Amino acid sequence: MAALDDTVAGLAQALRERRLSSVEATQEALRRIAGAQPQLNAFITVDEDGALAAARDADAALARGDAGHLAGVPIAHKDVLMTAGLRTTCGSRMLERFVAPYDANVVAGLKAAGTVLVGKTNMDEFAMGSSNETSYFGPVRNPWDPRYVPGGSSGGSAAAVAARLVPAATGTDTGGSIRQPAALSGICGLKPTYGISSRYGLIAFASSLDTPGPFARTAEDCALLLNAMAGHDPRDATSIERPREDYARRLRDAPSGRPLEGLRIGLPREYRGEGISSDVSAAVDEAVAEFRRLGATTVDLSLPTVKYSVPVYYVIAPAEASSNLSRFDGARYGHRAEHYTDLLDMYKKSRSEGFGAEVKRRILVGTYVLSHGYYDAYYLKAQQVRRLIADDFQRAFAQCEIILGPTAPTAAFELGAKTDDPVQMYLNDIFTIAGNLTGTPALSIPGGFSKDGLPIGLQLQANYFEEARLLEVAHRFQHATDWHARAPEMSGTAVAKARA
Amino acid sequence: MALTLDDINRIAHLARIEIDAHDAAQVLGKLTAIFGMINELQSIDTTGIVPMSHAQDVALPLREDRVTEPDQHAAFQALAPSVQDGLYLVPKVLE
Repeated sequence: MAALDDTVAGLAQALRERRLSSVEATQEALRRIAGAQPQLNAFITVDEDGALAAARDADAALARGDAGHLAGVPIAHKDVLMTAGLRTTCGSRMLERFVAPYDANVVAGLKAAGTVLVGKTNMDEFAMGSSNETSYFGPVRNPWDPRYVPGGSSGGSAAAVAARLVPAATGTDTGGSIRQPAALSGICGLKPTYGISSRYGLIAFASSLDTPGPFARTAEDCALLLNAMAGHDPRDATSIERPREDYARRLRDAPSGRPLEGLRIGLPREYRGEGISSDVSAAVDEAVAEFRRLGATTVDLSLPTVKYSVPVYYVIAPAEASSNLSRFDGARYGHRAEHYTDLLDMYKKSRSEGFGAEVKRRILVGTYVLSHGYYDAYYLKAQQVRRLIADDFQRAFAQCEIILGPTAPTAAFELGAKTDDPVQMYLNDIFTIAGNLTGTPALSIPGGFSKDGLPIGLQLQANYFEEARLLEVAHRFQHATDWHARAPEMSGTAVAKARA
Repeated sequence: MALTLDDINRIAHLARIEIDAHDAAQVLGKLTAIFGMINELQSIDTTGIVPMSHAQDVALPLREDRVTEPDQHAAFQALAPSVQDGLYLVPKVLE
């Protein structure tokens, strides 16, 4: 069924015009997921019965004419987002049997818009990883070549959308966990401004950085999903109160010859050169030329402190994680060890058994930097450098509307290539982390392929609350190019047939 | 300052994570590499820089003091490893 190869916008329209039913679309998504699962391992839980029931409800609403703007569209949620009545594991043994008691705010928003939840996607354990290899449920593989990682931590969502199992999925981004897997899997991923998509029901990793956002194949689809995910939520104390906006509003004008006339794109010198593979640099150069053809001008600029993003992040994120993850104690929910001698032993054994190696490492780093005598040297220092990085970006955004560069320094790497060297793994997020530290929005879109045929991502960054402009710029680029329309061989109907 | 095995054992205890001698040695190697990277920060002059604890400068919101949550203790305790009479059961801490 080709309808599921369409974008969210196209599929939602086909459903509204009753050219196919949500039950048909959902059944096809379930067939594709089952067909791809042995190779990709993109899902942790598939909810066949729940999905078909939701699809029937969507069809009824479509028949009555009171359906939401995404009615009947099958989607998947990253397994860090709570889904009422459905297992929510966070990719961890700690929550292997945890059934969420309520919906995350973004889950509820997408439900209200009419989407059909087909299942929960695989992820790095507690969203800590850049390759989806730390999941208790096994690694996810890249649909472009299963020898390679899909990126992480939202690797399952990225792989599922890239392989056309679902037209869209949710993710969360703490240091690049939406944008980097979107880049490595050849799709779009948006990290919105911190505070516009609620963290309520998102199992916390680093609360000052965690941001839910959408994965889809086009910027337009990201806008449609964001419309259902954003909005003030009093249950998240950091949710920002501001008027609702339509993030797709700037996409509707018919594009003229030079639709980006007047746009200034900043090209930071720190986003070029050393450590970046030649095919990634070439893809960025080609994109710059395309944006110029579309009418944009470019300005060279410098972000001198951006190189400290990784060390700042690896103080702040583990510090917040060590505090957030202290709630997993074996007493109230999650894994409890079978054998223990006393309460302290119960805590220690439950946590040691329930958490994997990377999660424990980050808890230990966080505990150390917050411990007596080290707080000023590490945590306070990192927060000060965070301020310097944010100031650099404000100076840059005084000179341009959009900052352009690579999302990741290379295309996807092979499974196992970086698992023994955490620092090398962390450096994969060198271009994405600043978006979280500053809280500004950033989008990864497909921008070419490596010599091995693996996707390359371009990162577009904008100032606070400029999502509509960011999405418009990407939309114009996608109107003029077709990188986003390329699909891996093992995708769509091919994977559904593989099973049949 | 170099991390030691004693540091690893101390922070593992603070974090309530059990760690055996073999794991402690491995963790020491990995954390030493991570702190090697983090220590780059020490060279930056941050005199007078106000720490940034959050992406947005928003004041903590206040709400009216009224009950908004229904009683869901049964639903939440259904998730617990061990419960009796509405209480979470843990090993005895007082004799």
